[in-house]
Amino acid sequence: MATELLSGNEAIAQGAWECGVALGVGYPGTPSTETLENLSKHGDVYCEWSPNEKVALEVGIGAAMGGIRALVTMKHVGVNVAADPLMSACNAGVNGGLVLLAADDPSIYSSQNEQDSRNYAAFARVPMLEPSDSQEALDFVKRAFEISEEFDVPAMLRETVRIAHTKTLVQTSATRDELAPRPFEPDAAKYVMMPANAKRRRLVSDQRERDLIAFAETTDLNRVEMRGTEMGVICSGADYQHVREALPEASVLKLGMSWPLPPEKIAAFSASVDKVYVVEEACRYFEEHILAMGIDLATPPCGHLPYDGEMTPARIRASFGIDQPEHLDAAQDLPPRPPALCPGCPHRLVFTELRRIKAIVTGDIGCYTLGAVAPLNAVHSTIDMGASLSMAHGLELAGVPERNKRPVVGVIGDSTFAHSGITSLLGTIYNAGAGTLCILDNRTTAMTGCQGNPCNGVTLMEQAKGVNPLDVPAGKPLDIVELCKALGVEDVRLVDPQDLSAVRTALKETTSAHDTLSVIVFKSPCRLIDRSKGVVPTITECRKCGVCIQIGCPALGKDDEGRAVIDRNQCIGCNQCVQSCPFGCISKEGE
Amino acid sequence: MDTKTVLLVGVGGQGTILAGDILAKTAAAEGLDVKISEIHGMSQRGGSVSTVVRFGDAVSSMVVDPGTADVIVSFELVEALRAQQFLKQGGTMFVNDEEIVPVTVAIGNATMPEDPRAQLVALDSVLVPAGKIARQANSPKSTNVVLMGALSTALPFAEDTWKDVISKRVPPKTVDANLAAFEAGRKAGRA
Repeated sequence: MATELLSGNEAIAQGAWECGVALGVGYPGTPSTETLENLSKHGDVYCEWSPNEKVALEVGIGAAMGGIRALVTMKHVGVNVAADPLMSACNAGVNGGLVLLAADDPSIYSSQNEQDSRNYAAFARVPMLEPSDSQEALDFVKRAFEISEEFDVPAMLRETVRIAHTKTLVQTSATRDELAPRPFEPDAAKYVMMPANAKRRRLVSDQRERDLIAFAETTDLNRVEMRGTEMGVICSGADYQHVREALPEASVLKLGMSWPLPPEKIAAFSASVDKVYVVEEACRYFEEHILAMGIDLATPPCGHLPYDGEMTPARIRASFGIDQPEHLDAAQDLPPRPPALCPGCPHRLVFTELRRIKAIVTGDIGCYTLGAVAPLNAVHSTIDMGASLSMAHGLELAGVPERNKRPVVGVIGDSTFAHSGITSLLGTIYNAGAGTLCILDNRTTAMTGCQGNPCNGVTLMEQAKGVNPLDVPAGKPLDIVELCKALGVEDVRLVDPQDLSAVRTALKETTSAHDTLSVIVFKSPCRLIDRSKGVVPTITECRKCGVCIQIGCPALGKDDEGRAVIDRNQCIGCNQCVQSCPFGCISKEGE
Repeated sequence: MDTKTVLLVGVGGQGTILAGDILAKTAAAEGLDVKISEIHGMSQRGGSVSTVVRFGDAVSSMVVDPGTADVIVSFELVEALRAQQFLKQGGTMFVNDEEIVPVTVAIGNATMPEDPRAQLVALDSVLVPAGKIARQANSPKSTNVVLMGALSTALPFAEDTWKDVISKRVPPKTVDANLAAFEAGRKAGRA
């Protein structure tokens, strides 16, 4: 045994390794990503990134059916993509253990919404465990596998960003359970979800739900901590820690299992205190389920806790009328510091050109969402993975290009294209749609920390050994240009996004051809995987026009007199500002 | 020990995460319970970032509320002002005496605050020329360790514990430079 300071994600990986998990599979997504990265670094657990979460869960279902323990990881919105297999695998059950990690993002630090994965557990009727620190993350992943195998059901493990990305002290073991794969025999009645079988399996699920409720009533995963009898609080996960901070005298029913809930345990706890409250973030999950049991919940004296955003001790104190510590007011009128495309991001000029030609841009998930941030202001929608291409087709069908006299352009990154952009593109091709689709290929899954994907060809096991995507030959295994041609796009162009005139020409030609579908693949590696630096340009006789500033590079600013200046520490010498200056005032020495 | 809270704030890419890690491991090496919470993802792209380190006999919540930070360490002047409401009454603020102009200012959508140094001095903040110290020592990346040196003067941990953790945590080739940075920071923190 050793004591280590581990994040929730690191602890889940450690627990999975210790309990003999033989496969880790998932799709990167904050705050889940480091789980598989850490599991893969053990070296003796095979791990892979899938193109998307649906594929990942299906691989996991197959592996579990085949008799090994499989951990499948994704962020909360990834569960939407994986919901199709989840909603039927819950009835088919497993053989080896199957655990789906869903990492939620209350307060929307790095996501497009704040959905609560507990609802999926209730919806699919699969057991869900919720750790409240890294030690529990390590312990609960093991428990989840045991429950999965004991009850023949996929189990879910839910963590929020404050569990995933908080490091706490953990007892780790240096030994791993070496589990022999369980035998696999085809069992069509269990695994073929056609109506006759699915109806029978639904009844199996009903009985399993009753069995799991009985388990939930007695398991130590759900723990009563009696203190005073004046008030009791029902909570789970990170909220438990905030309750202990803000209401140290309160008795607590800490639910380590958030589906199914234990009605008798909750009723008994409720009866043991004068008033019982629920503290939870993001949605009214416990509240609705407990009220439906006919158990009264009290409203805090100063009003219901907010459901938007993450819980904090301050929010709990406010609702319960407890004095807050004195503090200064927040400073007013400070300049916001939103995230931006990195200095030297090779895809910046695509957005400045889309802005210049007044394109209506359907955007996508990932770094290129930042094309919506000032001064680029070039992206007009971001809904979900892959939506850029299909929504552009929808705008075309709505007649927007003609009505608004502006071209519609979809913009997507390489990893997102592989995730679900390919089918979006196929829909447009199949239905003879027109328009311009830009695939910004930076050869990595950048926003989540530069993971491999089918477009850069580097696998998770290779990356665990330090292989850089740049070391893998381009087009292996997927050549985006050839794929688009094979799908049936006639006008496919490969363009260097750092060459302003080439970007300009490609966008001009494709957006003025109203009846054809064009794909422009802008290819240049992310600066986080290609750290090479060029010569930092110099600015002479700046005319203060501000055009270079409007490319939004964090390395460009203004001096007190309004002249453009370059921050030599941030600049990587990419040349994009040099090309953008209309007066040729920015140049590189010796060039 | 009652739980103490240290809030580290800065701009994405300044090394707040490594600094928080050094602090948390130092607290753990001193036998305390510790939690360190940070936000990854989109905020890393040059936006405002924060790391919360809490330590004591038993730590519950991992977040910082207004008025609860015993110490704030800011890697940048504007971010120090942005965090001021988190400072506990009587708490200490160490601020790297450097400004990073946000893109929002460069493009004319916002303005820099007037004389942030004076505002911070009025809050009894300790301005530490951490970036300058690090650059003068030819080790610009050790700015964060200079700031940990300054922070160490406000915390009850043994100097050797800090140095031990730093030696294990930074790249082997940079150990001497980082230990020197830590000592320079301690000197500046006491000033």
